[in-house]
Amino acid sequence: MTVLDKVAPEGSKAGERTSPRPTFRHRLSRWDVKVSPYLYIAPFFILFGIVGLFPLLYTAYVSLFKWEAGSDDPDFIGLDNFKELFADAQFWNALTNTISIFLLSSVPQIIIAVLLAALLGARLRGATGWRVGILLPYAASLVAIGIIFANLFGPKYGLINGVLQTIGLDPVDWQANRFGSHVAIAIMVNWRWTGYNALIVLAAMQAIPKELHEAALIDGAGTWRRFWNVTLPLLRPTLIFVTITSTIGGLQIFTEPKLFDAMPGSNNGGSTNQFQTVTLYLYQTAFQNADLGYASAIAWVLFLIIVLIALGNFFLTGRLARPQAVKKK
Amino acid sequence: MTTLQSESHKAGLRQKVATLGKPRKATYVVLAIFVLGSLFPFYWSFLVASRDNGMLTERIPPFVPGGNFFANASRVFDTVPFWKALANSVIVSGTVTLTTVLFSSLAGFAFAKLRFRGRNKLFVFIVVTLAVPTQLGIIPLFIAMSELGWTGTLTAVIVPNLVTAFGVFWMRQYTVDALPYELIEAARVDGCSMIRIFWNVCLPAVRPAAAILAMFTFMMSWNDFLWPLVVLDAGNPTVQVALEKLQSGYYVDYSLVLAGTTLATIPILIVFVLLGRQIVAGIMQGAVKG
Repeated sequence: MTVLDKVAPEGSKAGERTSPRPTFRHRLSRWDVKVSPYLYIAPFFILFGIVGLFPLLYTAYVSLFKWEAGSDDPDFIGLDNFKELFADAQFWNALTNTISIFLLSSVPQIIIAVLLAALLGARLRGATGWRVGILLPYAASLVAIGIIFANLFGPKYGLINGVLQTIGLDPVDWQANRFGSHVAIAIMVNWRWTGYNALIVLAAMQAIPKELHEAALIDGAGTWRRFWNVTLPLLRPTLIFVTITSTIGGLQIFTEPKLFDAMPGSNNGGSTNQFQTVTLYLYQTAFQNADLGYASAIAWVLFLIIVLIALGNFFLTGRLARPQAVKKK
Repeated sequence: MTTLQSESHKAGLRQKVATLGKPRKATYVVLAIFVLGSLFPFYWSFLVASRDNGMLTERIPPFVPGGNFFANASRVFDTVPFWKALANSVIVSGTVTLTTVLFSSLAGFAFAKLRFRGRNKLFVFIVVTLAVPTQLGIIPLFIAMSELGWTGTLTAVIVPNLVTAFGVFWMRQYTVDALPYELIEAARVDGCSMIRIFWNVCLPAVRPAAAILAMFTFMMSWNDFLWPLVVLDAGNPTVQVALEKLQSGYYVDYSLVLAGTTLATIPILIVFVLLGRQIVAGIMQGAVKG
């Protein structure tokens, strides 16, 4: 305001400045300065209130009812939905699947992204071309990719099994086998996001001063030592960021498992729910079984789990990266 | 003798420092493998789309495209309302992109350059909402859309996405550096209203960031699946919903379905090839600032 306050009087025409009473124009301009900021930020807050905050709170409200889609008067049942949920084997199964797929995807993904970033950080010929090439999967439609990978991992005629058999290995029933399906879905996720994360890590790597590497080199540190003791500790904030975003995304995974089903259009996540994730179960409960109350309970529990794991991640990443940062000194 | 030795030692070090960051051949080989891996699923999808389903029963499939792509593609248009889906996706993504960029730039301008009560707290609030997974609110949102009678219409897809916390955050970060206070001052001396300052001074200064935000928003909106699947029906889909409907059924006709995925991927691939450099720069810039 200081800057604008100072110039605001000059906004009116010369000559008027001597006038002791503010003119209409002057008042209008003051009012403009005062009110405009609120007008400019209003769209976000109004929209967030309507489609973000309100739904989140209203989900909590709906979760206290036996609420069938389309029914006129839902029954209030208190916390019964949550009680039922905690005894629901299908929910625990979905949660286990989600965490398993999440771990299988984000752990290798972040490790590979860091190594890939180290390669991309070299003085490459055609550097931008390589970066664009690595990022290509990010642009693909998730649905298209889900369908393409379901085809590649097809149990009978899928290319992957064809290759396995050609090199003398047994084919895997990627859809029926629980662990196999998790691996396949994780590969799909990693294919899409590794390049993206590599670029984020690369940006952080390039922000590391060259002198640090030169000094370490003169002290006799080889490539790996420099990577381990100089690069990695300085990447810590970025790694925390990447881990948390991939956690939030990973725990909500929906499109990949939905499209991976051998029975297309099904929301079961395989014949015995072997790869049904929590969001897929939520979708099935709400929009296939029309049980909105129960689905809302799932949504809230998932929300709390995401918050918990994100916090846990934050502390874990901090602890893992700290000892090296100390060693560097 | 000792000086000579240390001289050669120094020269060796200098050479070592000079080669710092110089790639080896292996670096190119590994990167090439990754790029091929990135490309392969696209190529595979086109391969199947350009042949017939017989290809899929062969243990070692042919690796050159066949001649059936246009036949398969035209079957896509017969099976689902694909033209309508394309038009719908363009309308949804276009509208969402325009409003997101406009509202985000406005809010970014306010947060970066205007002083007002509660500014910092409100901005922190926006950053916190970045972590709230909005898709968990789909049930009440769906109830609300049914009450409003919007289900099945594009309005239901567009309205919840008019502006994003990420957009506001992104534009604010850029505007802080890109727009000097002197320019705003000068404009006020000339008697500009705030909205004219935004339009004539701020927007031109933040155009690069706005362009990057536009690209990301368009790509995200084009690829959005869960919410359109919830509120739209098979008769009036977006491209992603149409693709899913193409695949649903007792018997999956892969040549047909993958012709659909190829068609849906072509527009975004063209955008990506044309603007790849800016997209890469945008991701890396966002990472440093975030």
